[in-house]
Amino acid sequence: MTQQFDRIVAQMRMGGMTRREFVGRATALGVSTALASALYTKGARAEEAKKGGVIRVGMSGGESTNSLDPALAASEVPFQVNMTWGEMLTDVKPDGTLDMRIAEEVSSTPDASEWKFKIRKGVEFHDGKTVTAEDVVATLKRHTDEKSQSGALGVVKGISEMKAEGDMVTLKLAEANADLPFLMADYHLIIQPGGGVDNPTAAIGAGPYKVNVNEPGVRHTFTKHANYFDSTMGHADEVEILVINDNTARTAALQSGQVHMINRVDPKIVELLKGVPGVSIKAVAGRGHYVFIMHCDKAPFDNNDLRMALKLAINRDEMVQKILGGLGSVGNDFPINAAYPLFDDSIPQRVFDAAKAGEFYKKSGHDGSPIVLRTAPGAFPGAVEAAQLFAASAQSAGIPLEVKLEPDDGYWSNVWNVEPFCASYWGGRPVQDQMYSTAYLSTADWNDTKFKNAKFDELLLSARGELDQAKRKAEYSEMANILRDEGGLILPMFNDFVSGVSDTIGGWEDDPNGELMNGRAQVRCWLNS
Amino acid sequence: MHPVLKLVAQRVALGLLLLLAVSAVIFLGVEALPGDTAQAILGQSATPQALANLREKMGLDQPALIRYFHWLGGILTGDLGKALTNGQDIAQAIGQRLGNTLFLAACAGVISVPLAILLGLVAARYNGRWPDKLISGITLSTISLPEFVAAYFVIYLLTQLIPIFNPVAMVFPGMGFWERLHAVALPVIVLVLVVLAHMMRMTRAAILNVMQSAYIETAELKGLSPMQVIWRHAFPNAIAPIVSVVVLNLAYLVVGVVVVEVVFGYNALGQYLVDHVSKRDLPVVQAVGMIFAAVYIGLNILADVIAIVANPRLRHPR
Repeated sequence: MTQQFDRIVAQMRMGGMTRREFVGRATALGVSTALASALYTKGARAEEAKKGGVIRVGMSGGESTNSLDPALAASEVPFQVNMTWGEMLTDVKPDGTLDMRIAEEVSSTPDASEWKFKIRKGVEFHDGKTVTAEDVVATLKRHTDEKSQSGALGVVKGISEMKAEGDMVTLKLAEANADLPFLMADYHLIIQPGGGVDNPTAAIGAGPYKVNVNEPGVRHTFTKHANYFDSTMGHADEVEILVINDNTARTAALQSGQVHMINRVDPKIVELLKGVPGVSIKAVAGRGHYVFIMHCDKAPFDNNDLRMALKLAINRDEMVQKILGGLGSVGNDFPINAAYPLFDDSIPQRVFDAAKAGEFYKKSGHDGSPIVLRTAPGAFPGAVEAAQLFAASAQSAGIPLEVKLEPDDGYWSNVWNVEPFCASYWGGRPVQDQMYSTAYLSTADWNDTKFKNAKFDELLLSARGELDQAKRKAEYSEMANILRDEGGLILPMFNDFVSGVSDTIGGWEDDPNGELMNGRAQVRCWLNS
Repeated sequence: MHPVLKLVAQRVALGLLLLLAVSAVIFLGVEALPGDTAQAILGQSATPQALANLREKMGLDQPALIRYFHWLGGILTGDLGKALTNGQDIAQAIGQRLGNTLFLAACAGVISVPLAILLGLVAARYNGRWPDKLISGITLSTISLPEFVAAYFVIYLLTQLIPIFNPVAMVFPGMGFWERLHAVALPVIVLVLVVLAHMMRMTRAAILNVMQSAYIETAELKGLSPMQVIWRHAFPNAIAPIVSVVVLNLAYLVVGVVVVEVVFGYNALGQYLVDHVSKRDLPVVQAVGMIFAAVYIGLNILADVIAIVANPRLRHPR
């Protein structure tokens, strides 16, 4: 085994392997996932970082309506922009472990109901002020206020009491939560001076770069924050993020060297781009997934046999090949994959089985009237084609599935969470608890499958406060099985983040937490030329 | 009052009335769309509570009629308000982008208008012979090409095969004039290709129409060269129809180039408008809509006035 292992480590050092390949092959040899992942990080970091230059990123997902208020960030460009100027209390490393940022230490009471974050000394905001525990509490308070419309409201509303004393922030929780340090890595929770209450869009943070020009929907430029606390990040003198929503222009900009990296490479042209000198394609497995959701409380989807028939009638492999161009992995009808800590990979993979789907359909006693699946081009990239593939494979199993095309306009208000069966997507969350609490807990606002299961809720709450990782993993595994076999979620595929990166960029590391190294490619990479 | 001045005053008054009607139509159109600003902003993440909060904050809970007149009052006093979505001052955001729109339109216009007229004159001079057929063939094929195809073609040709320009044409304050010209080269080329044929064909047709007249025959008989006949005798009488087509195309260069803007990432008004339509940002949509309508109506008034001044028969209406 040692010899084989040495060989794949050598191959990895030479850059011939992605993290996923390396971890997959190392674990096959009996090495634990965490160790393999750490080894990969060490190997890939062997290169020396170079300072200076201007890193330019060309991105889709920006509009002239974007705001610098971190509470409001929802699309790709605001996320990337905020990660350039902001710092949270914590972050999540590519291997899924906790990265201490503004907080340098975190500890909790044994029941995980009270957490203490020690604030790092001497961290400076762009305006020269020092980051204090008061700033942290004020920031969290602002996001708790419904008027701030924060995307992190669900994360912070479980905090019942916040206190700042010296360099210590104490957070008391209404219900125990072992994941709290990970939740503080939510990208909305950027620490702002005075909590950003006076001017939430000032973009004053403690991150590696200061905002220089902010033209929403056009470009965002940044200059280095001289007193940034972390010398392992922020190598370039300046960063520019250009909004290039058109696929062809974005690709051309990368090829011609006008930008150094781009997001959202169209899966259709990935094969073509692989042959282009000076450019490499990074397909990184993430937590985002495309779904078809059924309301468990509405006919005919209130019948679990019918739900099971539909789950068996979808051809997952075909979807990954045809909709994602192979840049993704099959789903198993629960929203967790290997990118999450405590994932149970022993749960059997559900596969397309027309005969069994037909049996379940007959057993459900459905009257044979058309089952309507609503979809729109904007539900996820390729949602219309995916729905058509689904309908075709369902019909081959004798299920009368019919696709209804809806307009993009108003899809999220008139169809999603309203109609009983439609296409949708989720971006994933840093930890299992957050994903399940957001969309599968009986009382969740975004319970878009209307899934109500007392046993599932009980397990979720128990796992949330459980600090024993083995017990916690078993509880999550049981929850996954319940959701997989009884839920209203059909999850055919997890999509990869596909980015294009110029060979002049050094320090790239595949990060499953988010697109373009979890929004920080421009601060963690450097220019080689 | 001078009859021309009176006519201009009449046209301007009519134009203003038309603008008022346009504002009402834009407002009704946006109101009729499904969903509202609050839903568009919150998207998939909308909860009823968050929606109600956002609506209250944006004043969307007011009746439509009140919001319309409130806005109309604002625009008359020069206050376009703030964008609902990101709180930016609309007048300021539009100011810069309008400048970019006009810069692109001006560049394309300065090249395409003289070129189209010249080609039209040459085509008329060699009517039915090979130069005419060549010019018509080329310009008709460029106008038949959808804008985005032409755009992708020039991107491939001039950034990949012969890398002399950048595929992304953004311009920023602080860029020098030549730097700006270099940045917008590709969109200008595409726009010239798109508008050339229409103006060229109209020039050619108008000149050929005048060439049928008896006085042209006289000019020919007194020994002028064909080009002199066209330039000195036919062209002045063909100005009216040519100007109206030129102005139509200039208006298009200002208000209708959103596809080209998107493909080249050019930060001008069209892209700005589309972003805000999809977010139901009514104040911005109306403001930009009004600007586009004003440009369109204004240029058409200009075309009418030039046509009248160029034609003594229209200058003295009976």
